[in-house]
Amino acid sequence: MKKLTILLFSLFLITFNANAGSDGELALEKIKSEAQNTKDCFEKLNRATFAFNQALDKALIKPIAEGYRKLPDNVQKGTSNAVRNISTLVTIPNNVLQGDIKTAIINTARLAVNTTVGLLGTIDVANKMGFPKYEKEDYGQTLGKWGFGPGCYIVLPVLGPSTIRDTTGSFANVMGGDPWYNASVHGNNEFLSEGLYITSKAISGVEFRANNIESFENLEENSIDFYASVRSLYLQDRENKIKNNQRGNIDVIYEDDEDWEEIENK
Amino acid sequence: MKKLLILLFLLNLLIGNSHSIEPDVFVQSTVNRASEILSKDISREEKINQLKVIAKETVDIRGVGFYSLGSARKNLDDDQKNKYLEFFEDYFLKSFSSRLSEYSNPKIDVQDKDVLNKNYTIVKSVLVATSDRPEIKINWRIYTKNPDNPLIRDLIIEGLSLARTQKEEFASILNSNDGDINALYEALEKFANN
Repeated sequence: MKKLTILLFSLFLITFNANAGSDGELALEKIKSEAQNTKDCFEKLNRATFAFNQALDKALIKPIAEGYRKLPDNVQKGTSNAVRNISTLVTIPNNVLQGDIKTAIINTARLAVNTTVGLLGTIDVANKMGFPKYEKEDYGQTLGKWGFGPGCYIVLPVLGPSTIRDTTGSFANVMGGDPWYNASVHGNNEFLSEGLYITSKAISGVEFRANNIESFENLEENSIDFYASVRSLYLQDRENKIKNNQRGNIDVIYEDDEDWEEIENK
Repeated sequence: MKKLLILLFLLNLLIGNSHSIEPDVFVQSTVNRASEILSKDISREEKINQLKVIAKETVDIRGVGFYSLGSARKNLDDDQKNKYLEFFEDYFLKSFSSRLSEYSNPKIDVQDKDVLNKNYTIVKSVLVATSDRPEIKINWRIYTKNPDNPLIRDLIIEGLSLARTQKEEFASILNSNDGDINALYEALEKFANN
């Protein structure tokens, strides 16, 4: 019943925001400028949630992240490797859904090597063996790749910036799309539990925060509207990830910026 | 005759100095200058002041300012534009230099460049990794309309454009104030004086 409700809710969200192009070209056009065109339909609510998240961050998350940074380097590295290794379980099905079978095979080999030789992922043996750089993929990115627009921008309590599409994608994780969730919550074994799943997600969040303490401080200090800066950076980042710009296909970012052309410096 | 010789000499100097600067060379020389300041044993305040001088020489502040204003610039008269540019310059110099001043002794290597068109070249560089942070890709949008005087218009850090972020920030302020440019003036002034 819980799954059905989530499924129906996700379907509602995705239908509400369906933006699939009739052909590849149209879909690409839509993707091209999505960061600039994403509407902040619930801005007042989003700003309130953002303020709540900032307060939570100052009171709890940032101090934990600062504590995490005091751990020995090898402990941090091992933890970072382990949570990244777990994320491969979601990346692989998304590689397949995006038609990138070659990367799916590479990531499966990466997962196998790191989980076994790499002691449950704490050592990135695959990287040392010369595997290509690992890039995370998720169901939100897959939906974007399929031509679904981002829908409205939303700020989720605790979890932070998202869009309707990305939130919908996240539901796929708890509906069978994340093998780590399935094994932990429904695996019925003595080693894994829902608590372990939640802990792994929390560690992943703390690790991200710990890696970005100075960047966030700098951004906040140098923004005249911090909320708008975070929104812009989140949407640009998602756009890059959907276009796989991080794999060297960076040039597309410069194609759609006609606004620069109108600016003369006289 | 002597006067003519002096004139010819000066003319030669003038012509000799007028040559185009390759955007990648320009970026490398700019970052080297900035890096030198950042590695100096001086106060943060002092570093910021010296970085401001570099920014004034190498960044197209006027161009970035108008870009950041987005379509709102089309609705402003000349007086409003001039007033905006005054506020923007103070804001930009403070923001740009204080962002940079956080880095101590950064090493940036220019690696490649892509000529987009006659007005723009993207220079690709990396901020070399240290024990505290991984390597960071930084691309520079260089305005090359005047090849003798290339200017920086944007920094794209790991695919995230600073100019676009700034533009969306300004748009947000204008949108929440019914497009009133005075609200933006106020925000810029408040930031610069803080």
